[in-house]
Amino acid sequence: MKTTYREAIRAGIRDAMERDERVFLMGEDVGAYGGCFAVSLGLFEEFGPERIRDTPLSESGFVGAGIGAALGGMRPIVEIMTVNFSLLALDQIVNNAATLLHMSGGQFNVPLVIRMTTGAGRQLGAQHSHSLEGWYAHIPGLRILAPATLEDARGMLWTALQDPDPVLIFEHGTLYNMPGEIDDGAGPVDIDTAALRRTGKDVSLITYGGTLPAVLDAAEQLAEEGIDAEVLDLRTLRPLDDAAILASVGHTHRAVVVDEGWRSGSISAEISARITETAFYDLDAPVGRVCSAEVPLPYAKHLELAALPSAGRIVAAAREVTGKGG
Amino acid sequence: MTALAGRIGADQAALARHLLLQMLRVRRLEEKCVELYSEAKIRGFLHVYIGEEAVAAGVLDNLQGEDAVVATYREHGHALLRGVPAGAILAEMYGHVQGCCRGRGGSMHLFDAGTRFFGGNAIVAGGLPLAVGLALADKMAGRSGVTVCFFGEGAVAEGEFHESLNLAALWQLPVLFCCENNLYAMGTALGRSESQTDIALKAAGYELAAWAVDGMDVLAVHEAARRAVDAVRSGAGPHFLELRTYRFRAHSMFDPERYREKAEVAHWLERDPITLLRSALEDAGQLTEAQWTELQRDADAEVAAAVEFAEAGTPEPVEELTRFVYSERGPE
Repeated sequence: MKTTYREAIRAGIRDAMERDERVFLMGEDVGAYGGCFAVSLGLFEEFGPERIRDTPLSESGFVGAGIGAALGGMRPIVEIMTVNFSLLALDQIVNNAATLLHMSGGQFNVPLVIRMTTGAGRQLGAQHSHSLEGWYAHIPGLRILAPATLEDARGMLWTALQDPDPVLIFEHGTLYNMPGEIDDGAGPVDIDTAALRRTGKDVSLITYGGTLPAVLDAAEQLAEEGIDAEVLDLRTLRPLDDAAILASVGHTHRAVVVDEGWRSGSISAEISARITETAFYDLDAPVGRVCSAEVPLPYAKHLELAALPSAGRIVAAAREVTGKGG
Repeated sequence: MTALAGRIGADQAALARHLLLQMLRVRRLEEKCVELYSEAKIRGFLHVYIGEEAVAAGVLDNLQGEDAVVATYREHGHALLRGVPAGAILAEMYGHVQGCCRGRGGSMHLFDAGTRFFGGNAIVAGGLPLAVGLALADKMAGRSGVTVCFFGEGAVAEGEFHESLNLAALWQLPVLFCCENNLYAMGTALGRSESQTDIALKAAGYELAAWAVDGMDVLAVHEAARRAVDAVRSGAGPHFLELRTYRFRAHSMFDPERYREKAEVAHWLERDPITLLRSALEDAGQLTEAQWTELQRDADAEVAAAVEFAEAGTPEPVEELTRFVYSERGPE
């Protein structure tokens, strides 16, 4: 059936609400407004204000309340409107959600799912364009997901809710309108493994989330030039699927990591380091990276586009590591 | 006769003696902690509650098993009075696997699932949102539990305090906020950190029932907490108690106490909650010398057994270092 990334997430939420009465959605404008990005549109009318719970603008308060409710036996889905605002809840996410199991010697796990929008590309300026999922992937105790396809948008949530520990799901803002076909029976998917979105033999393009479409575009362009690119969608940023990364690089011998985060101290740096630590002698060229320019994201369209990974920059990077084309 | 003594009738004597023992248990345990810290048996930060025992004793005595407790890094007494064994608390401070958190938490992070004791939070005000969520879960599940959240007056300056009170009142959640106002946020006096120093008044601005209590008078605390817990349990929404108390010892073992006068401390020492209650009971003819000796003996024996337990403990094998970062699934 036809759907969009937005509708697929909504179907996932509805499915979880129907399957488990302990599940509820809580966040800013998720209810009466229908969700800032219309993800939860209609669910307020369907499930009522107790389970589609509007919150005040108190990110730390309602994220912490989500942690407490999870400790109390509920299965909350907390929506933070955007990753930018999640910085106001960092204390609860990093100091509580990620640590309680360990500090309590294994007594208190936190079965909480936090969803938030991430990324740039919509001319929203520096305070609404961060891509900080790589930051969160630094934290032991959290699981970090980045759905890039309709199937993952639809299916990651339920699996995340079955996880006994906190899971953060990053939904890229430019993907919400992405249309496509999804199987009528689409349901839960695994949240452990990376997925090959295209197979190839010349270079591994490793990415996740909002940059997957640009990477697939780049792979098409490279094919026309005779460069056969493989595309690996990480899907889960913590824990990383090392085996899938190494398997891909093991047969292409070249890699370009594409990440909308800033290059310094990024998840792309981590992936590059793991490849060189464990597959150095399989490599025929240094690992390439395409990341965002190291500026707060500007408003003007031409400047914002220049700052972000694009198919053109990915193609150029692939040419460089393969020594072909151009 | 003190004001306290005037209230201790024969019907209250048993409760008063019980609360005296509870305070004494905390006092003796923590005096031992300080001693063990000096001997380097305990490391890290150690924050003792000495002087403030009437608060935990008076409040926690009103709770039931289904209730939940969220506390701060100055929580040894709360853990003990909630029912965590003294030995497990002390072993935790020793960093031993027999500790209530296997030595993963330490003094500031005592947790116990069995007694619904949710820590042990060392970020000031960080426990308040958690308490709101625990209460939300009780309310949504239709349970009658009450969540009690302890924090110091320093937390009042944090955003999480305000966010949490607003949420609790907005959603009419079964939570009792207990502000332990000991007048100093580490070394910063209340008047130097708050534009409005009447904390109960400030809390009342969130449309929840709030009142201040003499936190050195354990019977007053007990009575106020009983009223508040009953009201919360009956569905009257969140309540707030400001418990006016004083920390006799330094903030932590690293605090040279440059910020307060010795005379001020001496003044408050005259209101030691244990001495006050003991005198009142004696004045009312409800505590014999033999009974007092027995209370002390019980408290001392518990501490001695706890030390023995902690001393006999063992460190967790270092091979287990990375456990409890993620939940362990059952055998594959």
